[in-house]
Amino acid sequence: MFLPTLIFVPSLTALAVLVCKGLKQVRVVALAGSLVQLVLSLLLFVQYRQERNAGNDAQWLWEWDYTWFEPLHINFRVGVDGISIAMILLTAFVVAAGVLVSWTMEKLSKEFFFLLIFLGMGAYGFFISLDLFTLFFFLEVAVIPKFLLIGIWGSGKKEYSAMKLALMLMGGSALVLVGVLGIYFNSDIGNGQHSFDLVAIAQTGISPQAQNIFFPFAFAGFGIFTALFPFHTWVPDGHSSAPTAASMFLAGISMKLGGYGCLRVATYLMPEGAQTYAWIIILLATIAILYGAFATMMQTDLKYINAYSSVSHCGFVLLGIGMLTQISITGAVLQMVSHGLMTALFFAAIGMIYERTHTRMVAQLGGLLKVMPFISTVFVIAGLCSLGLPGLSGFVAEMTVFVGSWQNADTWYRVATILACASIVVTAVYILRATGKAIMGPMSNAYDNLADARWNEKLAAGILVIGILAMGIAPFWIQDLVKPGTESIVQRLLGF
Amino acid sequence: MADYSYIALVPLLPLATFVLLGLAGKNRLVKWSGYIGSATMLGSAVISLYAAYQYFFVNGKTGDAYAEITALRYTWLEFAPGLSIDMGIILDSISVMMLVVVSFISLMVHIYSVGYMKGEERVTTYFSFLSLFTFSMLALVVSSNIFQIYIFWELVGVSSYLLIGFYYQKPSAVAASKKAFIVTRFADLGFLVGILILAFYSGSFDIGTIINRATDSQSEAFTGLVSAGFLGMSALTWSLVLVFAGGAGKSAMFPLHIWLPDAMEGPTPVSALIHAATMVVAGVYLVARLFPVFYIDEIAMQVVTYVGAISALVAAIIACTQTDIKRILAYSTMSQIGYMMFALGVSGYGGEEGLGYTASMFHLFTHAFFKSLLFLGAGAIIHFVHSNEMKDMGGLRKWMPVTHITFLIACLAIAGVPPFAGFFSKEEILLAAYQSDKIVYGIGLFVAALTAFYMFRLYFSVFWKKEAADASHHGEGTWSMKLPLIVLAGCTVVVGFIHFGNYISSDGAPLPTHFDIRFSIAPVVSAVAGILLAAYLYKKESDRPAKFATALGRLYRAAYKKFYIDEIYLFITKKIIFNLIGAPAAWFDRNIVDGIMNLLASGTARTAALIKGMQSGRVQSYALYFFGGVVALAILLIYIWI
Amino acid sequence: MQQIPIEHILFVSTALFFIGMYGLFTRRNMITMLMSIELILNSVNINFVAFNKYLFPGKLDGIFFTIFIITVAAAEAAITIAIIINLYRTHKSIDVEDATELKY
Repeated sequence: MFLPTLIFVPSLTALAVLVCKGLKQVRVVALAGSLVQLVLSLLLFVQYRQERNAGNDAQWLWEWDYTWFEPLHINFRVGVDGISIAMILLTAFVVAAGVLVSWTMEKLSKEFFFLLIFLGMGAYGFFISLDLFTLFFFLEVAVIPKFLLIGIWGSGKKEYSAMKLALMLMGGSALVLVGVLGIYFNSDIGNGQHSFDLVAIAQTGISPQAQNIFFPFAFAGFGIFTALFPFHTWVPDGHSSAPTAASMFLAGISMKLGGYGCLRVATYLMPEGAQTYAWIIILLATIAILYGAFATMMQTDLKYINAYSSVSHCGFVLLGIGMLTQISITGAVLQMVSHGLMTALFFAAIGMIYERTHTRMVAQLGGLLKVMPFISTVFVIAGLCSLGLPGLSGFVAEMTVFVGSWQNADTWYRVATILACASIVVTAVYILRATGKAIMGPMSNAYDNLADARWNEKLAAGILVIGILAMGIAPFWIQDLVKPGTESIVQRLLGF
Repeated sequence: MADYSYIALVPLLPLATFVLLGLAGKNRLVKWSGYIGSATMLGSAVISLYAAYQYFFVNGKTGDAYAEITALRYTWLEFAPGLSIDMGIILDSISVMMLVVVSFISLMVHIYSVGYMKGEERVTTYFSFLSLFTFSMLALVVSSNIFQIYIFWELVGVSSYLLIGFYYQKPSAVAASKKAFIVTRFADLGFLVGILILAFYSGSFDIGTIINRATDSQSEAFTGLVSAGFLGMSALTWSLVLVFAGGAGKSAMFPLHIWLPDAMEGPTPVSALIHAATMVVAGVYLVARLFPVFYIDEIAMQVVTYVGAISALVAAIIACTQTDIKRILAYSTMSQIGYMMFALGVSGYGGEEGLGYTASMFHLFTHAFFKSLLFLGAGAIIHFVHSNEMKDMGGLRKWMPVTHITFLIACLAIAGVPPFAGFFSKEEILLAAYQSDKIVYGIGLFVAALTAFYMFRLYFSVFWKKEAADASHHGEGTWSMKLPLIVLAGCTVVVGFIHFGNYISSDGAPLPTHFDIRFSIAPVVSAVAGILLAAYLYKKESDRPAKFATALGRLYRAAYKKFYIDEIYLFITKKIIFNLIGAPAAWFDRNIVDGIMNLLASGTARTAALIKGMQSGRVQSYALYFFGGVVALAILLIYIWI
Repeated sequence: MQQIPIEHILFVSTALFFIGMYGLFTRRNMITMLMSIELILNSVNINFVAFNKYLFPGKLDGIFFTIFIITVAAAEAAITIAIIINLYRTHKSIDVEDATELKY
């Protein structure tokens, strides 16, 4: 497969959206583009399976290289392994669902869909890049639209949230840039030349001293994207002010950019640094998991509940990475995919509820199952996935993280693992409280005439539920997909 | 070895029903859902009965003992070579026995529900949840992998949650469902950590492998489990106690039992299936499944024994004071499961020593029949009087003859009156306890008397006591409700005569049945004493019970208030977890962590405001700055750097 | 012929520079400020010519630079006067203190 297609299709869709007139044309074009992308991603997955089954065990498939700026060795170099494909699939699912959920976005529809597609394009570019510079470039591409999406189409104190999110993510980007430049200037691909090329750097390696200096920058920078404690406070504000589709993208895709970067850039290129700082990562991740869960328990707004639970769930990603065992890193990747699907579904359901009842406060809702069985079922499925019910994706991911973490035989890491396990109880508490109050219980008469989901909403939820079920009922395929990728990372970790 | 792969159909049929009914939604299939559910359950039950026949009587034995047959195994999720979650079907005497119990009771409950749930709006949903539960429970009992048990453990938990909250508009039902899920989730945390410990040392999730490695004192796994320790207990003890905590949560053992009485908010057939016969014994089943490992650790066995005994006692005492018939039955369930637990705890492994194990499984088996019968009978009563409270009942024997007779049989069975099923199984449990631990035996005997007392208190209050108002216009119930009662009553009479030891024992080899008429005197006498006391107090309306209660004073009030355990939990959750952990965490996040972020932002803004005056718009001051800069640089370059 | 010592010339140019600087900072009239700038530029010119003469007599680089500066100064004067005229049209004043709109 020609990988840059994955960037061209969204770019063309975004341009086509700009040419369209009116909501009706815009949304059809956007949907068509995102469906084409979904098909392409699935095709990519199938072809990947074929290649691997045919015995192709190259680390990167379908590499493609284009020199961008020769003097500084900046290339536009792309290639994928299992981890990237898992992320691309996730992005494709979430983008398609996000477009469907925004089907009736009347306000500035052209700009809205343009930004959505553009954001998706950044994510695709990020996940296929094998060059640190282009990687960073696409990371920035994926940040800017969020500011506009929240600032223009948001609700509540949207200006504040948009600014906060943009500033904190930019801060993260700045740290990432320091890390990337540190890697660049300490790389040596022969003749004292520096390179941004991820593959070349991985082959030659970086001195341990440099790793110890620049690992924290790269990891914390990407960590901010994935809600690393204590830099997670953009998550609740950003998510709660964003329009539904933007929340889905934010939690489903943007936060995964961080996790992927932590893994691919920080841990993969600087394994020794990762080992030096593993205990800090685990400490912060454990705090995020438990503290996020407890803070969630006290929230009264559905979006805040989901946003704080994202802090807790993304903690599992960082925990998995910090434990540095093959199973735990696989678990971290699975958790990224699972959380992306689950939280997107959750935000979609919350958005549908909000659109009808005009409130997101748990205390004001009640008994919605009666008038909106479909939306309520979706909400419950997302909630059950969040609390790790077997058969849904959350269970597979969390258990892989737990089992993997447990393989790390250090006693204190085990204590951290047990504490992380304890969060599944707290998760159950807040999910069931919200469900018990909003979905079940007596219904207020004011909601008597509310309608259930429309076709586009059903389709959006359906796409995500299929993803969740596919991963939850038959986890072996995604496990097989991700494993070769994590093995290459772990080999580097063991190499030192 | 015979091919048993067709057993996969037993859980898969209910799964198909779940998918079909679940997707059908609210409006379609309403009329047919009950029949579809019952028909598929009939299929499952027939297949499992056939398989049981094949296993026990045709080809289950290897040599003298019943063998463990792996009918199917499929790798579901492989973490590392050797460390994988497998979905499999394993057949040994207890899993086959459980298959029969679950599918048979589920069939009865399905048939009963057709009548009981008639006219309910969400009847399709009800049957789909019931199928989901049956599927999960069946898959749980045939699990070959401890993680498979955990998976279906969670799934039965969630189906229980969904069914308890079936009347979702009732706040009490919602609260009860939440409580049930969260309490068992808390216990499952222990289970999960226990699994992780066990699996780490034995390097596998496969139950057979774990048992082989952990019980072999030469193996690396065993030395690892025994030598590693934390806070003064060995890893083995920790893992078993934690796994047992999971089992105790699901089986409503003290002090994790608080969810079970509240779970009675669900429809009564659900209580019969989930909260009496099948799901709540999963904890017992889990301990039995891992019994060889439990057996090598004395502390874990002690924990099992005493948690079981205390639960049996506490529940029996509380049951004597309750007035809601379903709650009484719930506490009696808890008490009977306590019996099963301590029977396992006092048991040895292999041969005669393993009597407790056989007794426990026997009691599990008989209990399933008479307890589901009691619940279904209670359902019929509630259906008739539209109340759960005993004070609204009385004299019903006249209007509900079928229910009355079957209920009486079940009461006699649970009280341990020969020749009904409960007598035989309880007898064996007490014998096992007598042989190993006299204190536990004493508790068991006392609880036997209490059981007889509270069951007949219930029986007399419902069917005798006072004359009922004329209710001739009001039928007793449809055939679909009566048939399961009659079938189950028949079973209750018959199953006690099975020589259980021939089929189920700790090591698979037949165990001769012990029956000593001298030994059964004490239990029977205590049971009869309990019944007579109940008859004296409750057969006729009188002020004797009130006097009795006053005489007991504080003890009575404490028991009536369920020993304030709910209040303690409420205190811990509301006051400590919410107010002392949750609220400060949320506050800290909004004010301190976010505050620092905001401070950073406002600090930047303030600094900017301070220095923005430099940009005055006056060209001459700019020139001055510029010149000053040049001078400063010149001084720096000339006098300092060079 | 007795040469004038370089110090004298440098003194003149420095004096000229600071006179120009003083004028630039204190005068409010833009024309005067322009004239001050010319003084500064010319002080630089004197320096160039003087150093060229005394340090590198065989070369002409300093002279060239002087000619460059004179040319640039002419162009600059033209542009500045155009700006001043425009400012006068909008502000009715050529006082530099009256044109402070371009600030924070």
